[in-house]
Amino acid sequence: MTDSVERRELSLTVNGERRTVRVYPMERLLDTLRGQLGLTGTKEGCGEGECGSCSILMDGALVNSCLVPVLQAKEASIITIEGLAAGERLNDLQEAFLQHGGAQCGICTPGMILAAAQLLRKNPEPTMEEIREGLSGNLCRCTGYMQIFAAVVETARRRGAART
Amino acid sequence: MRSDPADYQMVAPGTLQAVVSLLAAEPGAWLPIAGGTDVMVQYAAGKLPARKLVSIWNLPELRRVEVLPNEVLLGAGCTYTDLRDHETVRREFPLLASAASWTGGIANQNRGTLGGNIVNASPAADSLPALLAYDAELIVASVRGERRLRYGDFHTSYKKTKLAADELIRAICLPRQFVEYCSYTRKVGARNAQAISKVCMAALGRVAGGVIEDIRIALGSVAPVPLRLAETERVVKGKLLEPSLLALAKKAALAEISPIDDIRSTARYRAGAAGNLVEEFLLKLGASERGA
Repeated sequence: MTDSVERRELSLTVNGERRTVRVYPMERLLDTLRGQLGLTGTKEGCGEGECGSCSILMDGALVNSCLVPVLQAKEASIITIEGLAAGERLNDLQEAFLQHGGAQCGICTPGMILAAAQLLRKNPEPTMEEIREGLSGNLCRCTGYMQIFAAVVETARRRGAART
Repeated sequence: MRSDPADYQMVAPGTLQAVVSLLAAEPGAWLPIAGGTDVMVQYAAGKLPARKLVSIWNLPELRRVEVLPNEVLLGAGCTYTDLRDHETVRREFPLLASAASWTGGIANQNRGTLGGNIVNASPAADSLPALLAYDAELIVASVRGERRLRYGDFHTSYKKTKLAADELIRAICLPRQFVEYCSYTRKVGARNAQAISKVCMAALGRVAGGVIEDIRIALGSVAPVPLRLAETERVVKGKLLEPSLLALAKKAALAEISPIDDIRSTARYRAGAAGNLVEEFLLKLGASERGA
């Protein structure tokens, strides 16, 4: 290499907390989250944007963190699976995944839940077709998906009932 | 083998002007990266030749949609989600909105950009046949100024384009003249999300009194570049849309395409599917007038 690349400091907000990291700009956000920030809830599956295991929310949008160079997350607001629960208390969507058996080996689960979270925020009353589409970038090899869809349907229904 | 981030320089100058200045300072040295849905995949596989990257993600100049009286200018940095969610795009350019909805899954739609899809220049890209059908033009920017070129001429051969080393696509221009056309698009793939097409097609047409007045047919994954079927269009334009025309159109389409065998499909399957899509479109086109 002609030029040597230095680590540099950059700041971002992760689960509501301002964090500063020292990183190579092309480091994958996935590695920064799991390594320096110790947030191992975000999983690596395929590492090429096909499976959705590393999904997180960046400025409110679901993204695959394996495809985000950390420099592009500078000053961004990131939500990982650790940011959904309030301390030890799971949120309603996480509870619904548990109740319906929507999680087995757990590799896809954090990404799946964040994909479902973004779907419900954009579309609080999704049809089954919309749920399938909203989660279509997140692959699960355990559950067969039906329990996952049931958890999302249940959460939408409960939130709807709470609104009225 | 996985790449080492210590081997890669990356900068994010934050404005279009600064980006094109950098491209001009060392032509060919800096690779623009938007949402990374192609570049980061190459990087993960250790196959990214560029060692200097310039981020164009979220540049405000590239993320705008301008609705003008005669055309719509889509910023090259608009994501598939931006396109799917834009009311004018959905209403007037349904071929593009549909293609955006079946490109990758939601996470990739939130990051992948239309400009990125164009410069990545895959013949299998889902959104590119729509741009051919709509007669898109590109505005490309450099320190030398801007120029405008027909998208139909942009891809010169497999993965080769008319973009100069110091240029960046700023916007994609779509003329607002196809609102009344019958539109047809279909992707043939292993599944809708996350699967690259075996064949995909985007087409527009207008019929009056059973006669095809105007027609535009574009296909992906059947040639080294996204392909407009100019000869097939010539064969059917001005003709009465009757059953014998379907066979003629299919024959012309098969003569124009040059599909290959690869991991996703075979040349034979692609040819068969492409012919069937042309036929299905013409049937829909015929029905569109009867239904009106």
